[in-house]
Amino acid sequence: MVLSTFKIGGVHPPENKLSSGAAIRPLPIPGRVFVPITQHLGAPAKVLVNRGDEVKTGQLLAKSSGFISANIHSPATGKVFKIEEAVDQSGYKRMAVIIDTTDDVWAEGIDTSPDIIREISLSREEIIQRINDMGIVGLGGATFPTHVKMMVPDGKHAEYLIINGVECEPYLTSDHRLMLENGEEMLIGTSILMKALGVKKAMVGIEANKPDAIEHITKLAAKFQGITVHALKVKYPQGGEKQLIKALTGREVPSGKLPIETGCVVDNVGTAYAVYEAVQKNKPLIERVVTITGKAIKTPSNFKVRIGTPIQHLIEHAGGAPESLGKLIGGGPMMGKALVSPEAPIVKGSSGILLMPAEESKRTTVKNCVRCSRCVSVCPMGLEPYLLAQYAGLEMWENAEKDRIMDCIECGSCHYICPSGRPLLDYIRLGKASVGKIIRTRGKN
Amino acid sequence: MNNLLTISGSPHVHTDESIKKIMFSVVYAMVPAMLVSVYFFGLDAVRVIGISVIACVLVEYLIQKYVIKGDLTINDGSAIVTGVLLAFNVPANLPAWIIVVGAIVSIGVAKMAFGGIGKNPFNPALVGRVFLLISFPAQMTSWPLPKPLFAETITDTITGATPLGLLKEGQMAGKTMEQIMADPNMPDYIQRMIGFQTGSLGEMSALALLLGAIFMFIRKVITWHIPLSYLVSSFLFAGIFWVIDPTHYADPFFHLITGGLMLGIFYMATDMVSSPMTPKGQIVFGIGCGLLTMIIRLWGAYPEGVSFAILIMNAFAPLINKAFKPTRFGL
Repeated sequence: MVLSTFKIGGVHPPENKLSSGAAIRPLPIPGRVFVPITQHLGAPAKVLVNRGDEVKTGQLLAKSSGFISANIHSPATGKVFKIEEAVDQSGYKRMAVIIDTTDDVWAEGIDTSPDIIREISLSREEIIQRINDMGIVGLGGATFPTHVKMMVPDGKHAEYLIINGVECEPYLTSDHRLMLENGEEMLIGTSILMKALGVKKAMVGIEANKPDAIEHITKLAAKFQGITVHALKVKYPQGGEKQLIKALTGREVPSGKLPIETGCVVDNVGTAYAVYEAVQKNKPLIERVVTITGKAIKTPSNFKVRIGTPIQHLIEHAGGAPESLGKLIGGGPMMGKALVSPEAPIVKGSSGILLMPAEESKRTTVKNCVRCSRCVSVCPMGLEPYLLAQYAGLEMWENAEKDRIMDCIECGSCHYICPSGRPLLDYIRLGKASVGKIIRTRGKN
Repeated sequence: MNNLLTISGSPHVHTDESIKKIMFSVVYAMVPAMLVSVYFFGLDAVRVIGISVIACVLVEYLIQKYVIKGDLTINDGSAIVTGVLLAFNVPANLPAWIIVVGAIVSIGVAKMAFGGIGKNPFNPALVGRVFLLISFPAQMTSWPLPKPLFAETITDTITGATPLGLLKEGQMAGKTMEQIMADPNMPDYIQRMIGFQTGSLGEMSALALLLGAIFMFIRKVITWHIPLSYLVSSFLFAGIFWVIDPTHYADPFFHLITGGLMLGIFYMATDMVSSPMTPKGQIVFGIGCGLLTMIIRLWGAYPEGVSFAILIMNAFAPLINKAFKPTRFGL
């Protein structure tokens, strides 16, 4: 069988899915949680509680403060210890609600039973409102507020809902496990999203390295109207939004435009599950599946983690950090961020925590570019990374813009493949920042 | 453990491919052709390859250490590749000092003067080879006849013209193709394929070169773009003129397996540093190499055109990079 995929570029980093066999386990709630008020793309939420307040699990802590923003709920029961700046995964100190936890008591109206509710009784508007109320954001990592995605702009038409179960990042397995263990709920969530968008067709894309998930979801999807499951070729970045749309529909998101131009809306499987819980169980987004993995950890695991749990807590429950730990990564090894501190909390966008041994943490010595053109051939956006990096180094912004530096999706394939170990993406990021600034000022004039 | 954590931008994993591995793959790919050259020229082949490689590495070492005063780069194997390629492009009886001059020009002028590995606009081995061809035309064009190991000894001093040389001489003398091919010194096809032909060290056997090329394809050291476009364009170009006038022009198979074409197609035009960066550009580059090679062979003063063709196309590489951009996503 020929598996569909995107057409240009791509790399095959070692998959290292160490935790794919580890069932999701609930992680005990830590004594203190740190809940940042910015866990989404857009404006920070406005804090509604005060120091010393008693809060229940699922209670609203901070309110969405704009069109692109999201509600934040309490992930635990307890007393607000402080509302102050605490280090988050960016390495900077950001405002957070710090709660000392006690026994877990859920707020009124939340259905915490394990029963699966299949009938979708809410109307389209009610669904979008509920998604907004429950603070649902994209769980694939971009954390874009989901209710905004559901509101298709005037003049645009949504034709397909695409559910991203690709999980092309090496090491990460949280989506894989979720599909295996909560596949039906995920598909109900998909149906809810279809209703909200008013589309008849949804496609679930899963990379072929998860045959069990493909089989399971295909079997389940047979009972759902309009949902099809598609096995995709194992190739990074297959889970990139643009690459996934290309693989499933053959359409290309035009440069500088949003996916809706192709009639597609893409949501992660984790998001679909969160939507199910929000709409059917009235449950806010206060916990998610997080993979904790790496060659430097004893028991690579998949935990169901309350938002705000310090990463250190996950490490301890996965067997502790070994002596050899050299790098702590929030996310996968291709696009994840190197973390400054294990004190930083899990947030809505945390799909995994990767511990890398010291010997794999350092970059190799940078050598001369030998013009092997591997970076050009692996770029999934058809760019010339070597050239863009050179432009950025020489501050030749006009050339960088002309050669489409802003199209870069920062997948890291170029730096991954470079036999000279050149930090191409570092330069391109700098270039994007400068060119982006120039474009914005131009807009104002 | 806090202060021990490494912080760097993504990606956090990297390929285990390196320049050194790529360069040594090229060296391994050239081993079959090296063995063939030793088979036909015995210790002379060992001598030429040895001197060339040692001289190339030494020149790079001295310049890097005493002139540039930078980190030593001789470990990356690129000077070895240049050394072997230079040796492949000269006759087996070339005096040692001329080989050393070739190495100085290849590494010193064509590579290190531009900043070392990755910076050279032209293929270093070819610059060295062309320099020697122009400076020492007599020594560079007297090829010893191949003398297979274990075969009955032929007198040492016999030298002969290459098949391409015979072709050019014959054409100059107004002979027909039939007469040229009937020359007793002209090897037949099978001989040319496996190596019974006069020529530079590395040109002997198309078969051995193909074997190495297959290895490079499997190792992904080279892609199909340049070799295929070079091969097809030179074959078609030679073929068209052969169809028009088979009494005056040699057939395309003859061109393909004589002289340095196979060596050029798979080992020199594919040099990463001096060839274009985009697939489309590489195809244009290959076609250019093919056309120029055949134009020189069919109508030029030199019997062989591979070196000049590749060097000329090297000069066009920057323009080709500008003109032929990759297929962009979403445009």
